Amino acid sequence: MAEFLMPSLGADMQSGKLLEWLVKPGDVVKRGQVIAVVGTEKGDIEVEVFEEGVVRALLAAPGAEMPVGAPIAVIEAVGEAEKVAAPAAMPAAEAKTPPAPTPTVKAAEPVARAANGHRIRVSPLARKLAAELGVDLSQVQGTGPQGAIDKADVERAAAALKAQREAQQVVPAPAAEAPPPSAKPMDKSSAEFQASMRRAIALAMARSNRDIPHYYLETRINMAKALAWMEAENLKRPIQNRLLPAVLLIKAVAKALTRVPQLNGYWVDDALQVSEAIHIGFAIALRQGGLVTPAIHHADLKSADELMETLRDLIMRTRAGRLRSSELTGATITVTSLGDMGVEKVFGVIYPPQVALVGFGKVTEEAWVENGMIGVRPVVHATLAGDHRATDGRTGAEFLDVLNRLLQEPEALFNA
Amino acid sequence: MVATQTFNKEDLRQLILNQLRGLAPEADLNYLRPYDDIRETLEIDSFDFLNFLIGLAKETGVEIPEKDYGKVSTLEGLINYLLAHM
Repeated sequence: MAEFLMPSLGADMQSGKLLEWLVKPGDVVKRGQVIAVVGTEKGDIEVEVFEEGVVRALLAAPGAEMPVGAPIAVIEAVGEAEKVAAPAAMPAAEAKTPPAPTPTVKAAEPVARAANGHRIRVSPLARKLAAELGVDLSQVQGTGPQGAIDKADVERAAAALKAQREAQQVVPAPAAEAPPPSAKPMDKSSAEFQASMRRAIALAMARSNRDIPHYYLETRINMAKALAWMEAENLKRPIQNRLLPAVLLIKAVAKALTRVPQLNGYWVDDALQVSEAIHIGFAIALRQGGLVTPAIHHADLKSADELMETLRDLIMRTRAGRLRSSELTGATITVTSLGDMGVEKVFGVIYPPQVALVGFGKVTEEAWVENGMIGVRPVVHATLAGDHRATDGRTGAEFLDVLNRLLQEPEALFNA
Repeated sequence: MVATQTFNKEDLRQLILNQLRGLAPEADLNYLRPYDDIRETLEIDSFDFLNFLIGLAKETGVEIPEKDYGKVSTLEGLINYLLAHM
């Protein structure tokens, strides 16, 4: 038996409102299956399970606002012998009533849930690390092969947990925000939604500027070759399969990170934890204001078509307010591209606990000097905001240099 | 596939406005004048602009290549481009 907890969908999340159950007691669930929809500041998120099992009880009624870490369902792992004594306080049958609201938001502490045994695939290193960091493996979303939990997943979970606890210490009065669950039926009004998204952004960004000593670097990149390659590529494709420049930029960033990995990861417990996996959070602005940065998982391993497809899918679902939990928590670095708004460069604020943010401005024609000749080229200004606790300017400079060189050989960019 | 259908200028205008309405539901399209830059006026990003062109291609059969994006940045330019290429 495992309690399924309200997941933390970002460092700034305190609680989520259960909007809808997509399963009922008795249902068999598979790894990665979406079982519920939870309303957060970032829209309605589809929550996935990461274990096979049978739903035994739903502990939160639709409409209930549940703190992060509070049990919302009981899911019995497949094949798990029923020998373990059922947790004492199991509510009678499929209680649809919301549990007594956990008054303090303490529940987020890493309860040492018996995650051993059942079907979670965990690398030995990840398991060891989880024990050290006090991470509950049953709550970790694996992004390795076949959903296995790897070292990076555990680090990410630990970082999120820590950030979340810190955030809770900072927030002055969540108390005022805790209306009795199930009071009113779902649907935050859009003004309310806006306000809560603003608060979430305010919290994360204020923390970033308070805690992270940013350094900034900028370089100009000649995009002539990259754009020519893309145009030629797009001529061969039907219009629905056309690529956007963002695909090249994301791929180049991901590939550059494989060579300068120190910028990809988290700052946790006064130390840099480099992530092996490269999950790029791509900033997507919402038309009504605010932004969300869902993760493009393993961006370094994706082809141009896969990246375009992922991007398309993420943008649509971000705007429709339907992201999955793994997409909101996974990013190991953020890329923001404000070129569409006409600005030439963007100096970003790092999203903690990440340690870097890469910004791209608009591609504009600029005077370009090369071999003693002056000419006109399409140019993009790439910037790097780095966490000076984690890396120094030299590392950042190396990254931008590699990024530039990768974009000069666009045909090689998508070769493995 | 749809290219057999014939469109006049007004048909195209309506068709374009319909597509735009889907992308920028909150915008008042009455304010979009014939020579305004569509993307700037309605704050349409490159992703939505591509979707817009995909939608137009479905309706008119015309796939506008990237090199011609400069010619279709306004309502008037776009209508004339489509008329010439259908």
